[in-house]
Amino acid sequence: MSTESIAWPSATAESRSFVDHLHDWVATVDHKRLGILYIACALVFLVIGGIEATVIRIQLIRPHNDFVSPQVFNRMFTMHGTTMIFFVVMPIQFGFANYLIPLMIGARDMAFPRLNAFSFWMTAFGGLLLYFSLVGANGLYGAGNAPDVGWFAYAPLTSQTFSLGHSTDFWTLSLLVSGFGSIGTAINIVATVLCMRCPGMTLAKMPLFAWLNLVMAGLVILAVSPLTAAQIMLLVDRYLGGHFFDTQAGGSAVIWMHFFWIFGHPEVYVLVLPAFAFASEIIPVFSRKPIFGYPVMVGATVAIGFISMSVWAHHMFTVGMGSAANTFFVLSTMAIAVPTGIKIFNWLATMWGGKIEFKTPMLFCIAFLFQFLVAGLTGVMLGCAPFNWQLGNSYFVVAHFHYVIVGGILFTLFGAFYYWFPKMSGKMYSETLGKLHFWLFLIGFHLTFDFMHIPGLLGMPRRIYTYEPGRGWDIWNLIVTIGVFFQAAGILVFLGNLLWSYYCGKAAGNDPWDAWTLEWATSSPAPAYNFPVIPTVKSRRPLWDLKHPDDPDWKYE
Amino acid sequence: MRSRGSTNWRVVGSQIFVCVCCSAAAFADLAPPLSPTNIFAPASTPAKSIFGLSLFVLVVTGAIFLVVFTLLLYSVVKFRKRKNDDGLEPPQVYGSNQVELAWTVIPVLIVVALFMATARVIASVQKTARLDNAIEVIAIGHQFWWEYRYPALGVVTANELHVPISDENQPTPTFIELLSADTDHSFWIPRLAGKTDLIPNHPNSMWIDPHEAGVYLGQCAQYCGTQHAKMLLRVYVQPRADFDRWIQEQRQPAIVGSAVSHGQRVFETTACINCHTVAGTVANGRFGPDLTHLMSRDTIAAGAAKNTPENLRQWILNPDAIKPGSLMPAMQLSDEELDVLTAYLETLR
Amino acid sequence: MSTTLSTTTMNLPARELEWELPTRGRVGMCAVIAAEAAIFTIFVVAYLFYVGKSLSGPMPRDVLSPPFFYTVCLLSSSLTIHFAGKTLRGGNVRRFGAWWLLTIALGALFLYGTATEWHRLIYEDGLTINTNLFGTTYYSLVGLHGFHVVVGLVCLSAVMAFTLFGAVKREHAERLDVLSLYWHFVDAVWIVVFTVVYVIGR
Repeated sequence: MSTESIAWPSATAESRSFVDHLHDWVATVDHKRLGILYIACALVFLVIGGIEATVIRIQLIRPHNDFVSPQVFNRMFTMHGTTMIFFVVMPIQFGFANYLIPLMIGARDMAFPRLNAFSFWMTAFGGLLLYFSLVGANGLYGAGNAPDVGWFAYAPLTSQTFSLGHSTDFWTLSLLVSGFGSIGTAINIVATVLCMRCPGMTLAKMPLFAWLNLVMAGLVILAVSPLTAAQIMLLVDRYLGGHFFDTQAGGSAVIWMHFFWIFGHPEVYVLVLPAFAFASEIIPVFSRKPIFGYPVMVGATVAIGFISMSVWAHHMFTVGMGSAANTFFVLSTMAIAVPTGIKIFNWLATMWGGKIEFKTPMLFCIAFLFQFLVAGLTGVMLGCAPFNWQLGNSYFVVAHFHYVIVGGILFTLFGAFYYWFPKMSGKMYSETLGKLHFWLFLIGFHLTFDFMHIPGLLGMPRRIYTYEPGRGWDIWNLIVTIGVFFQAAGILVFLGNLLWSYYCGKAAGNDPWDAWTLEWATSSPAPAYNFPVIPTVKSRRPLWDLKHPDDPDWKYE
Repeated sequence: MRSRGSTNWRVVGSQIFVCVCCSAAAFADLAPPLSPTNIFAPASTPAKSIFGLSLFVLVVTGAIFLVVFTLLLYSVVKFRKRKNDDGLEPPQVYGSNQVELAWTVIPVLIVVALFMATARVIASVQKTARLDNAIEVIAIGHQFWWEYRYPALGVVTANELHVPISDENQPTPTFIELLSADTDHSFWIPRLAGKTDLIPNHPNSMWIDPHEAGVYLGQCAQYCGTQHAKMLLRVYVQPRADFDRWIQEQRQPAIVGSAVSHGQRVFETTACINCHTVAGTVANGRFGPDLTHLMSRDTIAAGAAKNTPENLRQWILNPDAIKPGSLMPAMQLSDEELDVLTAYLETLR
Repeated sequence: MSTTLSTTTMNLPARELEWELPTRGRVGMCAVIAAEAAIFTIFVVAYLFYVGKSLSGPMPRDVLSPPFFYTVCLLSSSLTIHFAGKTLRGGNVRRFGAWWLLTIALGALFLYGTATEWHRLIYEDGLTINTNLFGTTYYSLVGLHGFHVVVGLVCLSAVMAFTLFGAVKREHAERLDVLSLYWHFVDAVWIVVFTVVYVIGR
């Protein structure tokens, strides 16, 4: 590999004011800056959502606790779920996709840069709107109220009869607004991946990161739209006297559930496919081998995308759908376990025979593999309808989905942060702090979410602000709450690491990990135009070809 | 890769099976001390069918977990970069069609097995025919209490469901029709059956046939508003004779006593009768629980408090002290009115 | 002070291969259409689910009469916009303008038809969005479609304005094709809505 230094004269040395810098960021259409804005915005909401979770867990540390009132508790779990899903995980995934996709496919920006900016600001505004409910929901007569209908807002609890005031409207409108932002980003991702790849990069040669985000974007387009439709219907009911979900007029509460989960299930794949993308980029580099079975990984991803649109009613096994419907959804749910399992095996095979380096990104991805295995298996248990009749709507479900979202998605997100932080900032993070973060968070995660399965098995339903003593739940709730503080400590170390490394870290160089995809071919951070010359590629690992000219990938693929 | 000695998978498999069964059974055996709402301590056929299926699912997923966990652990340990590494890249392996086929086919077979077992249990629980001698109950979910009607037996009560023991040889199951007066609720008594939701304009039904006498606990399992947490369930399973006697007592109209006529007058002239029914009097409200036999219950406010005179008085004085956000309003009565009213209610056996 | 950038020289021949990818506009519009199709699907499902379930009030067969004329107008506008595109690619901007104007007129006529139908339903038949399930689902579905027609007309009118100012030329044909895709979608949705509301639902 040869490097050339190009002397690049900087602009005339006029000092730029703070307002100029702010303007640059607010008015930017550059995918890298928008990516960072998405990520920063999400981190703010992560802290807020984490505080909400902490309040929930302190209230549940012992039976009949009175740390918060039931009204406040119900708002806490509603806001926690809504915030984490729509204003933390989705924006963070969009942020990484925005930053990395053009770099990985050798493009100069996303397909529609202004749409990109519009989408980000819609998401940010949606988040602000949700939290404005704290002030505005009761009109002028005092402090408002956050929504308290649960993050899936079942009808008829959301009707004017049972949800007075405007808190439910803030839930609806904030998600409607940020939903447009999500769809905008998804359109951008699809157009970018399909239309802006550099010469030589056929679909079969692009990084798995691009494939997984492409399928994720397809799911957003097909799944967020039903939620938009359902929310319009809810607003029609609440403000125009409509009867979509009005059971008194012959309407159906169950149809809200169908519409919501037609969105809700693909949504969790929207959250997890980018996590798979991170694992598929990080694990090969730190095992020093290419991803095992690239075509099968692509096939499994597409299969997951399709099947995920057909499993939604496994969230409704207790609703009384009839045995035929229940049986169908058991089949589709179990079917989706197959391609998902195949992916785990392929990651395993990638590590097999390699030379694994236990740097922080890889530590998080290894933990992801173990944890996602467990999460998938508890998902299979939940997919078995009769078992679901016991486990559904209990803390077993809460444990399962946190295992996926925290143990699976958040862990790979941390891995991604550490892996691409050098590229985004030009600085290397502190490996010591990174490892400290990992161990603190690992301990906290397992304390909380391993033991959370048990109250579910012992009959504890979810969304209860307190519980009776003598049901055998007390000790487990205590352990679960203790774990929260380890996780909080881990997050503080993480944020501290990011800040300290940004200002004081060593220069990272182009390619600190000796990796193989195009983003490592340009400087850290990448210049505004990404690449001086748009590259032409011949294989899936263009930098491997450059580094190993006697043994390039394209001879073997 | 060095080859290891071949493993006798049958032995390993059966050992795993035994381990899981023992753990689940131990879990179940400890049920009363461990938890009165343990799903692994079934006392009725639907719960037992689910329990049997769950054991099968746990064994299969447990086995998958052990295999994959071991492989992951092995790979992470065995293929770590050593200190004396030669700095060369390891052999670059891109894939293997045979391996991919193997780990596609095997999971598909496992899925098929799980699916068939599941489909069977769905059918057996959901398609059970109603027996002629079954007890029929209509359960209506309210924010935040349970209404029970026995249409054939002429009984209306609230919050505490009584059913007879069902003998395995001569079953007398109880079929429960589930309706809702307001939002979504869910009826969950883990030891008796899986949960089924109560959804307005969408009647559901379920059945139980408890084999042992006792009080079975549970609670509402679908978020229904502020006091979802204290919408508790109590099912009293009684020998047939006791059940019949309870039915007879519940069918009687309210006992009218002259000693508490002052309290009765307070009840009937304050807004109580708008929400509550006391059979045989002018009170016939349907919004709140039927109070005709209030004193036959162990708890008040859907299990939120024990049924004692102090708690009853407190409930009427200030419901929010016991169940903040419940739909019972504070009745703004004077101390004297409260005393006589409580005394009256205490006579409603 | 100068900034030094280090780059990896990509010693690969640039551009020796044919590299043609679909255009961003077309792919983007197809993605928009997919999203909109999903939204409409949910409204159609709700409509079909609630057919016959209204507890009271005017029923579809009492008050609905299929708007054949206005439907023909809307569907013809797909034809006229297609000819407009062809004409522009041939280079004749003035004739293109005529076809484009005709498209707008036909679309506006369709909206006028919807407006008169709604006026009759509300003031003579007493059917509003809150009357019953039929009212709610009917106005929502037809209204959502009408809203998309309005948005389409706004875009078409903007193009009309550009044409009158002489800003539209032959090289813009590709972009207008993308806009036409949206218009065709709106018409296709109307075929579905018409079938569901005036044929199946009655």
